[in-house]
Amino acid sequence: MNKPVENNILEVRDLEVKFFSDEGTVNAANGVNFKVPAGKSIGIVGESGCGKTVTAYSVLQLLPSTGKITNGTIKYQANDGNVIDLTNLKSESRAMRRIRGGEISMIFQEPMTSFSPVHTICNQISEAIMLHQHLSKQKARLRAIEMLELVGIPNAKRRVDEYPFQFSGGMRQRAMIAMALACNPKILIADEPTTALDVTTQAQVLKLIQGIQDELNLSMILITHDLGVIAQMVDHVYIMYLGKVVESGSVYDIFDRAKHPYTRDLIQSIPKLHGARGERVTSIAGTVPSTYKLPKGCAFHARCSDMFGNICRTETPLPIEVGSDHYVSCFLHSREEGKNNARDAR
Amino acid sequence: MLRFIIERLLTMIPILIVISIISFAIIQLPPGDYLTTYIIQLEASGDSVSQSEIEGLKQRYGLGQPMHVQYFKWISGVVVGDFGYSFEWNQPVNTLIWERLGLTLVVSISSLLLTWIVAFPIGVYSAVRQHSPGDYIATFVGFLGLSIPNFMLALILMYGGYRLFGMSIGGLFSPEFVDASWSWAKFVNMLSHLWIPMVVVGTAGTAGMIRIMRNNLLDELGKQYVVTARAKGLSTVKLIFKYPLRLALIPFVSTVGWLLPQLISGSAVVSVVLNLPTAGPLLLRALLGQDMYLAGSFTFLLATLTVIGTFISDLLLAAVDPRITYD
Repeated sequence: MNKPVENNILEVRDLEVKFFSDEGTVNAANGVNFKVPAGKSIGIVGESGCGKTVTAYSVLQLLPSTGKITNGTIKYQANDGNVIDLTNLKSESRAMRRIRGGEISMIFQEPMTSFSPVHTICNQISEAIMLHQHLSKQKARLRAIEMLELVGIPNAKRRVDEYPFQFSGGMRQRAMIAMALACNPKILIADEPTTALDVTTQAQVLKLIQGIQDELNLSMILITHDLGVIAQMVDHVYIMYLGKVVESGSVYDIFDRAKHPYTRDLIQSIPKLHGARGERVTSIAGTVPSTYKLPKGCAFHARCSDMFGNICRTETPLPIEVGSDHYVSCFLHSREEGKNNARDAR
Repeated sequence: MLRFIIERLLTMIPILIVISIISFAIIQLPPGDYLTTYIIQLEASGDSVSQSEIEGLKQRYGLGQPMHVQYFKWISGVVVGDFGYSFEWNQPVNTLIWERLGLTLVVSISSLLLTWIVAFPIGVYSAVRQHSPGDYIATFVGFLGLSIPNFMLALILMYGGYRLFGMSIGGLFSPEFVDASWSWAKFVNMLSHLWIPMVVVGTAGTAGMIRIMRNNLLDELGKQYVVTARAKGLSTVKLIFKYPLRLALIPFVSTVGWLLPQLISGSAVVSVVLNLPTAGPLLLRALLGQDMYLAGSFTFLLATLTVIGTFISDLLLAAVDPRITYD
């Protein structure tokens, strides 16, 4: 965290997002910290409802009108070299819209509903190109075809004029990637890009994203609940629980040297290919608590198998560096408490 | 597509034949015929009618003949554009209908335009700014407009217009123009009378349309493709017009065809109250008096318009929604 900011294209600090409704206030993000080094990819992992998508939407200021960023900064190093705090920009301002789709773009989870059903693929892709690159309609169309070819749509010249309902799910997600990359963004946010696809298509799409990321030197934020996807795709992993990053580290740190009980449980719950016959898939006990009323102390304490004392219930653990750029927020590892309790990681 | 159009046009023929039979039969359903009504009216006013006179009238109108003979007599005329003869008015149906149909269309189309011009922007605003004070006001006024019966509003306006401005509001023309032939002055006079039926007929329609527009658009605004479009960096206004509004119009287009018959018959009660020389009151009287050729022709005309309207709707739907193909 004390490393220079310069090589980070995006740095999110203490991000807090709340949703206000008649039923109460939902604490969707409660101090999220992460950074995206230029040209690298990071992964954000967590169960449903832990605030992954909200965090992504916050970066682009796409939150619905009931959602507000109540604290924190999102520092973005823009194309002109200036560092902008995106939380200072109004959601519908010209500056924000220029970044949205032009410099930071996003792929969504549902390829079936993410396109307008009554506009052609060409129309929807070239729209962004005309908007951000100020190309003519014809040139934007050529660029759209080029992008479709890049993502491996066969017969792109003809298919560009088709409607989304004429594309299969995998092809739609490819078209979505083409659309997101059409304006040469610097950061790509992929929000569960393969969750809605079948496993073979999933592999193809992931391979495609990875290839393009290398080729275009993109920075990427990959959001998923699937640790398997994370392992092949990213350099650095952030594990989120209840609107907070509980552990972060390199892929190797997370998979080989996981420190947080939640991370370990997550890895445990991946079904094993060579497991014993009849062995059951381990699951994490309990469910994610309600975000209306956050639990006191460590958010995970009620489900934690390693909870060791009152401190877990009453105080909030802070991130501690346990290895090079490997942070964990858990009292098991806090230097004083950890030693006092003499219960090191297994 | 062309094939579809031709097929649809061809299937209209049997539909219209069936409709003509049904509408003719329905008009014949009540006991008695125009003559019975006529005789009762004469007797009520103190005159008496001799049996021979009745027989004479029966002969003249062909009322003694069996129903299918009467039907074929009428329908063979309709095919060549002759809708028969009105007993009550002693005039061919053609002269009666077309004159009033023109005025009806003037009233209906102008109130329809008013409805759209008022309802669309308000509906869009209500949806985009859901739960804002403006939305609540629009909703309140909308429900008020929906729940006040049209004739009531007409009566209130007539009373208010008379008490406040001392003007008589009934009719489409001032007395001196009623029987005059068409001129610029008559046209201007009509325009000065037109706003009352426009407001009266338009109010309920506007209220309903605001609700429909608001709900359709709200459905669309919550969809994922709207977020996708925002993520592209489109401005809000451009986005709403290009995507959700376009999709919100689709269910609307599919019902546009039903407006055609409504243009003719929708404002009947209001026209009676406001004493408008439109088609509605004529239809009502023809039905009451069992003036069968007039009533039959009207019903047949309305049914034809419904069939044509549905056909137009289908074509429009195919034009606005690429997911619909007619192959």
